[in-house]
Amino acid sequence: MLAFVLRRLASAIPTLFIVVTISFFLMRFAPGGPFNLERPLPPATMENIMRTYQLDQPLWRQYVTYISNAVQGDFGPSYIYKDNSVAELIGKGLPYSIELGFYALLLALVGGVALGTAAALRQNSTLDFAIMSLATVGTTVPNFVVGPVLTLVFAILLSLLPAGGWGDGSLSYLLLPMIALALPQLAVFARLTRGSMIEALHADHIRTARAYGLPARIVVITHAMRGAMLPVVSYLAPCAAALMTGSAVVETIFTIPGVGRYFVLGALNRDYTLVMGTVVLIAIFVIVFNLLVDLLYGLLDPRVRHD
Amino acid sequence: MTDIVNNPGTDPAAALPETRSRSLFQLAALRFRRNKAAMAGCVVMLLIALFSFLGPLFVPHRYDQVYSSYVTVPPSLQPRPDEASLEDAMRGVATRARVNLDEFNVEGQTFKATISAAEPIDARATRYFDRANEFDDTKVVATENDGRLLKVEGSVSREYFFFGTDPNGRDMLARVMLGGQISIAVGLLASLVSLGIGVVYGATSGYLGGRVDNVMMRFVEILYSLPFVFLVVVLVVFFGRSFILIFLVIGAVEWLDMARIVRGQTLALKRREFVGAAQALGLTDWQIIRRHIIPNTIGPVIVFVTVLVPKVILLESFLSFLGLGVQAPLTSWGALISEGANNIQSAPWLLIFPSIFFVATLFSLNFIGDGLRDALDPKDR
Repeated sequence: MLAFVLRRLASAIPTLFIVVTISFFLMRFAPGGPFNLERPLPPATMENIMRTYQLDQPLWRQYVTYISNAVQGDFGPSYIYKDNSVAELIGKGLPYSIELGFYALLLALVGGVALGTAAALRQNSTLDFAIMSLATVGTTVPNFVVGPVLTLVFAILLSLLPAGGWGDGSLSYLLLPMIALALPQLAVFARLTRGSMIEALHADHIRTARAYGLPARIVVITHAMRGAMLPVVSYLAPCAAALMTGSAVVETIFTIPGVGRYFVLGALNRDYTLVMGTVVLIAIFVIVFNLLVDLLYGLLDPRVRHD
Repeated sequence: MTDIVNNPGTDPAAALPETRSRSLFQLAALRFRRNKAAMAGCVVMLLIALFSFLGPLFVPHRYDQVYSSYVTVPPSLQPRPDEASLEDAMRGVATRARVNLDEFNVEGQTFKATISAAEPIDARATRYFDRANEFDDTKVVATENDGRLLKVEGSVSREYFFFGTDPNGRDMLARVMLGGQISIAVGLLASLVSLGIGVVYGATSGYLGGRVDNVMMRFVEILYSLPFVFLVVVLVVFFGRSFILIFLVIGAVEWLDMARIVRGQTLALKRREFVGAAQALGLTDWQIIRRHIIPNTIGPVIVFVTVLVPKVILLESFLSFLGLGVQAPLTSWGALISEGANNIQSAPWLLIFPSIFFVATLFSLNFIGDGLRDALDPKDR
């Protein structure tokens, strides 16, 4: 088990390295730079800035410097948010994104599995149809529509909840962004659960459990659920990574000080180091969650062995 | 049994009811046609495509035409300006021409007015009418009372804005149609690009197998861990924001799933007898991939494309939301929706109309995809 974890972590290093390399060069080949303003700076000033940030060096040199610094945990200064290092910016924003993302994940997972199971238990009924229509709406309505509509209804028309911001971090501030963030994922979980649950309920061991006279609740929750959770769990990894690294759209609409915005702002402003920082962050989240999910597989399905 | 043996002269097949064997494809088509949701999806999709691509022929306004007098007007089935405001305008004209307005009515694109004055009216007074924005081609049709009473007729320019107008005074109906053209085109073209790359890549990787397969799939895995939104954003910033590049870029990052699916299919296919036969006949690898592998992967690929198109449309709308989509005056549903979301309180129709079409499109594409998957699934007959 431990060996498996270590092996996976070791194999993540080259992946991470290639991700960093591709994004580094891709970005540098894009025209424009972080200090190309509408009114060009005087050449002497420009030269000084380039020297300060070591952008005057040959590209391969910058790359080597970046990699060796990054290995030591130094992701460089942000070009746009002056006086802030990339690590500081991410360190500041990440807790907000993680907290919001975690609640959204919880809502999506619990809500999606519950709805999916309900639909599977009453397959082809009105309830099933209603839930699946809701799931289709969830996947088709983009969250930049859901966000403003939620704000309009709950914050402006009904004045029940604040329209945006983090406030004191209480549930009232988190509720709307959480729903906007969770809805598409909830829909995916509901679809996945329904599909695998229908299959699981037709399995032989479920028929046996029923034949033994076990109560329906126990058959569904302990016996069918366990097998039905596998596809849900495998979707959990990319979903968790996406939710916890913040969403540019939701964070913009609800003015949440998370890390999701940095990525888009960084790319638009050619803030090389900031974009690289967010790329590394997202890649690490994806790798870690994939690993966690693989371990979870072993718990759910004894046929999966990590050795 | 005995009957057949006793009558060897009759053809046994003739006794059976006539049945024709159906190919896999025919069966799938039959099952697809029985799926009501999928068929409804097809119809809705067809209607939306007709609306977007043929609609502009029936709408007199161009998508980039600015009507400065109709900025942010709400949708209405009545033509604008309405009769009351036309009458107001006419009163203003009459005052300027120093005549009295006795009667005024509007019918479609023409107006009729009766004007009178204490002195005979000079026919040139009609120029006052033409000078107003609303009225044109004013003619005197009848003169009564020694020229003290004139009946004039002319055309009035009235515009229909069924979907209202945007803050720049452009017709939303024309813009929603254009947005549909661009969103649908981006969705289809990007899916075709990713289809092309993914199918060739997956089939090659799966068929060649071994070390080549390992390296190729490892590459796909690395691209998977690259945040793809990042790739799109960087590529769009890099290449600029033209329509062609946007779908190329989206297609270039969306082929990964396709490659995996096709590779999985290929792994199963390459152990089949017909591939062995082709190898025995001495076909080259590329010929086998092209003629025997790729055509046989078509079922799951079609299903995946119907899932991919709505995904691409969503991605394009996300780019537009970030301001990276096609540039004004061109527009897409995503761009329209994000504009509408900013004006949700003051002008909700800016959000409602593009959203309805957008969601209806994604809905029907999803139903079509589900229907195709069920129809082509060999497990479930």
